[in-house]
Amino acid sequence: MSERQSWWRGAISPIVSSTIAVLAALIVGGIVIAATGSDPIEAYRAMFRGAFGSRRQIGETLVSATPLILGGLAFAIAARAGMFNIGIEGQLVMGAFAAGVIGTYDLGPRPVGLVIALAAGVIAGGIWGMIPGLLKAFSGAHEVITTIMLNYLALRMVSYAVNNVDWLPVNPPLQATDPVLPANKLPILLDGTRLHAGIIVAIVAAIVLWWILFRSVYGYKVRTVGLSPGAAKFSGIPWKRTIVIAMVLSGIFAGLGGASETLGLQGRFYNVSPGYGFTAIAVGLVGRNHPIGVIAAGLLFGVLRAGATQMQNSADVSKEIVQVLQGLVILAVAASAYVAMMRQRRAAAKAAVSSAPEQGVEA
Amino acid sequence: MTDLFTVALLTATVRMTAPLLFAAMGGLLSERSGIMNIALEGFMLIGAFVAVVGTWYTGSPWFGLLCAIVAGGAGAAIHAFWTITLKADQIVTGAALTLLGAGIPAFLIKRIFDQTGGTPSVERLPTLGGHMNILAPVAFMLVPLVHYFLFYTKPGLRLMSAGENPKAAESVGIPVSLYRYCAVIASGMLSGTAGAYLSIGDLSQFTIGMTQGRGYIALAAVIFGNWSPFGAAAAALLFGFAQAFNLQAQAQGMFSKDLLSALPYLVTLIALTGVVRNLRSPAGLGKHATD
Repeated sequence: MSERQSWWRGAISPIVSSTIAVLAALIVGGIVIAATGSDPIEAYRAMFRGAFGSRRQIGETLVSATPLILGGLAFAIAARAGMFNIGIEGQLVMGAFAAGVIGTYDLGPRPVGLVIALAAGVIAGGIWGMIPGLLKAFSGAHEVITTIMLNYLALRMVSYAVNNVDWLPVNPPLQATDPVLPANKLPILLDGTRLHAGIIVAIVAAIVLWWILFRSVYGYKVRTVGLSPGAAKFSGIPWKRTIVIAMVLSGIFAGLGGASETLGLQGRFYNVSPGYGFTAIAVGLVGRNHPIGVIAAGLLFGVLRAGATQMQNSADVSKEIVQVLQGLVILAVAASAYVAMMRQRRAAAKAAVSSAPEQGVEA
Repeated sequence: MTDLFTVALLTATVRMTAPLLFAAMGGLLSERSGIMNIALEGFMLIGAFVAVVGTWYTGSPWFGLLCAIVAGGAGAAIHAFWTITLKADQIVTGAALTLLGAGIPAFLIKRIFDQTGGTPSVERLPTLGGHMNILAPVAFMLVPLVHYFLFYTKPGLRLMSAGENPKAAESVGIPVSLYRYCAVIASGMLSGTAGAYLSIGDLSQFTIGMTQGRGYIALAAVIFGNWSPFGAAAAALLFGFAQAFNLQAQAQGMFSKDLLSALPYLVTLIALTGVVRNLRSPAGLGKHATD
């Protein structure tokens, strides 16, 4: 097999298997819809119309995709370092809250205030991502458990702050912070839509992550640690520092996602759990933890979310089907690892047969 | 302050601890067999919902409970098939089932009951003396049973050996996969019971997200309790007490509910940092018997 061909296969096969996983999930979802007495074709058609039917709806699709892309990037960088970050929800909430609090103050003229408010979200998310990184590196605490705990801690802390801390700019009856000053908000990109500059932040973030992963020394370390911590140790890569930084970066992307929701979409922080954490896992997995894949998967899930309302109204399928579809997609991706493994094993067996014919093959 | 420590607080503690015990004993069995199960929360939600559906159609909460156990077991069977037979990632699969556990009831509520957010009221399981749900003492009796099963019976010891060193267990003829299937399915059935306890025991309806992270608190109890039944039960009791104290304190307007309800998560985090030095998970957790 030539070098060129193997590169081609390397790029195509994850795309094919992700596509198959998504299609499988959509088909099973269609069966679920049919089993509950609705027409799945009509439902998916309504979903498509809802996501692309008008200028405003396309805007909504991109708005929904924004936090999903940033969350997916957060999942991807952690996963590349071998860390399973279930704590994106908490990191996102911390970022959203910090940006919401800082954004209420007069921070200077237009880009300055916005940058400071975004930075607040980045710092809060980064710290919340750093904690499980440090715990993993220095006490071996499993990141899945610590991030789940940190999710709930974040939600409770923020809820406490919104309800009880008088010196913060909060509004307890509304369960929110005060509105963000206009100068600190992400601008609207298209008139007559809610599309804000958060989508640009997300795409820039994806490019940055691509550069980090595939063009920087640190990215090389991350990928080595993620593939084989043992090999990384032998080649002198400090895995503790590598995974802590990866978790900080993960928290930063998640925090940006939260900040962009506050500063771009809501205009203030609301004390609710947006439920992006698990969707971000789906986005990262479907996007195969590659920045470009994450953008594509984020857009796909944005379509599902944005189209769901239309589907509910015109095809009478309740929009919670989106959550079911996300679960099915993750299940399908998880199973596809099995398919890949079997294929690999078959190829290995074939290679063994052709390379050692004189010895025979043991069962 | 003295008003807080009353019989009411004691019964509330029992009430809040029972569902944690069911789910924690389930999670413990699964983890001891070597399969991580982060989907306890999802199975609880499914169980809570299906219990109401079963009761709604038959009028019998006992049938509802049976439905919840079966549904939880069925959901866990998917986890088992994916993680044991397909060797899929245990965390990824758990995340998928958590989403499905939250999504399916939310999706079906509209279909079945033409309501959003919650179901109509149904008949509840009977109570003992008008206060304590009949499942609550069952939950507490489960703890010594699980302890006895794991440490004093042959299948229990084999189950733990599947979790400690699956390859060695397999080599001496223990059917590791079979034990793991049983343990994971049992964890789903117990989580389903925990869900039914909430929806048709404690309350008489299902509402979206009604488990409020109890599946994760149960998981935390397993870890904080160092993977032993009595340890996990003690942790569950502590967390249940925190929840009960929270309810009482809130009723008297004393503390912020948020800070106190953060306690289980904070305690578990601190325990994991190594303050509690001898925490040790089953060595074969997440490992397969064959490559």
